[in-house]
Parts: sequence; structure tokens; C-alpha cells
Amino acid sequence: MSHHIVEVKHLHHVYPDGTVALRDVSFTIHHGESVAVIGANGAGKSTLLLHLNGYLSPTSGEIRIGDFPLTRKTLPEIRRTVGMIFQDADDQLFMPTVFDDVAFGPFNLGLSGEEVKLRVKDVLEQVGATHLLGKPPYHLSGGEKKRVAIATVLAMSPDILVMDEPTSGLDPYARRQLLGLLRDFHHTRIFTSHDLDMVLELCERTIILHQGRVKADGPTRRIFGDDALLAECRLEKPFSMQGCPVCGSRK
Amino acid sequence: MRAIDGAVADLKRLDLLATGDSVMHRLDARAKVLTTLVFIISVVSFGRYEFTALFPFFIYPVVAASLANLPGGYLIKKIAMVIPFAFVVGMLNPLFDRQPMAQLGPLAVSGGWISCASIIVRAVLTVGAAFILVGMTGFLSVCQALERLGTPKPFTVQLLFLYRYIFVLTEEGARASRARELRSCGRKGLGLSSFGSLIGHLLIRTWLRAERIHMAMLARGFTGEFHSGQLTRFGARELFFVLGWSALFVILRLENAASFMGRLLAGLLT
Repeated sequence: MSHHIVEVKHLHHVYPDGTVALRDVSFTIHHGESVAVIGANGAGKSTLLLHLNGYLSPTSGEIRIGDFPLTRKTLPEIRRTVGMIFQDADDQLFMPTVFDDVAFGPFNLGLSGEEVKLRVKDVLEQVGATHLLGKPPYHLSGGEKKRVAIATVLAMSPDILVMDEPTSGLDPYARRQLLGLLRDFHHTRIFTSHDLDMVLELCERTIILHQGRVKADGPTRRIFGDDALLAECRLEKPFSMQGCPVCGSRK
Repeated sequence: MRAIDGAVADLKRLDLLATGDSVMHRLDARAKVLTTLVFIISVVSFGRYEFTALFPFFIYPVVAASLANLPGGYLIKKIAMVIPFAFVVGMLNPLFDRQPMAQLGPLAVSGGWISCASIIVRAVLTVGAAFILVGMTGFLSVCQALERLGTPKPFTVQLLFLYRYIFVLTEEGARASRARELRSCGRKGLGLSSFGSLIGHLLIRTWLRAERIHMAMLARGFTGEFHSGQLTRFGARELFFVLGWSALFVILRLENAASFMGRLLAGLLT
């Protein structure tokens, strides 16, 4: 299905204060692919993600989501297609209860009360958060907030999931749970992360951004095998590819 | 700053109360909004020297709060926070209005004191009723009720945003203030000058955060409308509730029940 394709062509973005955040960024992501966008702080990852659902508009260049170019007219449809999960779940949860929050999107899509209830139940089950239904979001732990934030987006039945630092701030157990959850999705997935072990586990393809440019784009294992490239982009090999810290041997 | 943290926790508690389940919670929000409105108008429309006639009105907040299982101590504390403001409004009355109006044994009470006391009682009644309304309905439902009663949508949406951003602002404020406090080692820090830039930063940070929240709303198809799954119906129960209470308020407004009871009691004793 062509509508799961994300195509970015010669994307430039300059912030109003003159900071050049993206320079000539181009790539195509195909249906069902799981892609990581990594890079140092300030490399332009978040700016890039904000373009994908039309929150920022390109200074120049073009973005196509599926068959549509991203324009003012196609924006509502594209925002439904591209589900965006923010780094800080607190930014994403703004309604009085978890139910209201998850139901917010489906209601905006025009679903009826009963359909919305079903869908909320469905997605909360999917992320393992059914028991949180009636709770207000600010009473949840970090891991629970993350799951609910993901549920709020899944409830819109997006075709493409975009996540900014999904594992940041989670304890190892919550992180492991989240990885399991994300692995089971069959959406086209785009992540940014500094958790390179997560990238290694979840993404077959990696794009490195460096000072606003695409520095590398290819299979994750190959990119993480290139020490010189990683060093230049202020990155390191994931721990699971490094030697044992005690004896120095490699698995 | 613990004071700010505490205030936020308190507000959240009010929000939490609305998730309860009681006879009052289950009523259609419009019935509660209308009743509260009639209540407030009745209380406010009394003459400035009216004092005793106000007391029978306490029946509504007391009955509503107990039916809705709202914690009394918490509500009283909330209302007590507003009394100083009411006092400031009425503070100057005793100074300007020294005409004796009532005789309390040997003590002549001036009109100023009576009107000042009247202002405070009215504040307690109206603010109490408003807190109870939110506590047994929830702010979102109150806004939806207002909208279904014909309030223009831009107004109710503004109100909702205002309410949501109170949390955003106070949380950011608490964090910034905590950071400042921890680094000023029990002293005043840099005093007012550091507060100036702190407030400036706070404004910008809240702004950015508000923008991110707005972005999250847009990403989920927000078009300026808040929906709720539990749209209740305005049925016979609601009609009865509104008419019953409104009738009582009108009677209490027209007839001073306190003095009526007093006369009745005096008549029985003689």
C-alpha cells in the first residue's frame, strides 16, 4: 500500500532566529519499515520529526506522506495517518482521565460514543493499560504515562508511527516492556533515540543526522560497525556490540 | 516551592472528586449548572444590609456536598482561602458607614459592619456553591453544559484551555521556584532581581509547553471541539432537581426564613 510511504526531498529548515536546523535532507521510508533517526544533540532530529506531521513547514523542499504532498489542505488527513508520540508524555496527556485522553482522537474523527468506547478498550488492552482507564494522567508513573500516550495515538489508527525518544526516562523493566510492544507493531515506524541498543533491536535501517545533514543511511548493523563514522557524529557503538567491560572479550 | 506544589495537588484533588459516583454526580451537568446559577443569583440579589436571611441558603451547599460525598474539611479549607479577598472588598464599609443599624445588647452595630459581614457570607455561599459544582461535575462537563445551554463555543473552549493551562503554569512555576530555592541555600537568593528573570523564563517555558500540548491536540485531529463519551440526558429527574431547588431559593429570597423561624419559635414560647 503506497499510503504508508514517507518521502522527504531536499528538506531545508531555518528557524526564525536564523539557526539552520536541516540542510538538504532526503530519504524515502517504505511500508512496514522500522527506521531510526539518530544523531548528536542538536543534529536536527526533533526538527525533522516535527515536519513529518506538518507542525513545522519546510523552508524549502518537499514532504510526501503516501500519495499526498504535505500541504495545508492535506494536513488533517496526514495528521491522522502519521501518529506522533512525543518525548515527554506529559505533553501528550491533557484530558482529565485516561479514558477521555484516549477517546479524544477518535471523537475528533467523528466516531460515535459506543465505537469510541470499544476502540479505547481495544488500544488500552494492546498496551496493557486497561486498569488505568479511569485514572487521571498525572497520577500515573512514567512508564504508564508512556503506554497511555502510545494508546492515545494508536486510537487514531495511524498507518505510520513517529516516536521521539520512546525509551527516555523509563526504568529497565518498563523499557523492556515498551520494546516488546513496539516490536509487535506492523506500522511503518520512525524513531529518534539515543538508546542505540533499542535502535539495534527494533530498527533494520538507520539514518544518521549530523549538523542538519544526512550523514549516513543504511542497515543498522553496518552503520554501527563503522567506528570512524560514529565518532565523527558524536555517537558510540551500542553496548551490546561493545566488548565485555570486565574481561574485554566480545561475544 | 512547597506552597505551589501543594496548591496544584489541591486543584487536582478537586478534579479527582468529580470522578466519583453518587446521585449528584450522575445528574446531567446542565441541571447542576442551572441550579447553581439560580442559587448564586438569589444570594447576590439581596440588599446590602441583609444578613440573617442569607443563612438558610447554606442548606443547598450542605445537602449537595453530603449527597455527592465531597469531603467537608477540604471544601471549608478551599473556601477559607477566598475569604480574605471578600474581606478586602468589604473592609472599608465599617469606616464609611457608621449609622447604627442593629442593637446587640449594649453594642450598637453599624450598617458598615453588617454589609461587610453580608459580603463575606455571600462570598462563602457563592464560592462554596461553585466549588461544589466543579467537585461533583468536573470542569470539562461544566463547560460542556454551558455550551449545551447556549454559551458560544469560543468562550467555553477558552475556559477549558485556561483551566488546563493552570496546571501547566503552576507545575512549571513550582519546578523553577524549587530550583531557585535549592540554590539560594536558605537565604533570599538574589532577591527580587532573580525573580524578574525567573518569571520571564516561566512565561517562555509555559508558552513552549502550551504549544507542545496544542501540537499534541492538533496531531489528534482537534478542531476546536471537546467531546465526551458520557453525554447525559436532561430527564424528569433533572427537571425535578432544578425546579425543586429553584423554588426553594425563590421562597428563601422572598421570605426571610431565619426571622420566620425566630418568630415561630418566639410564638411557641409565649
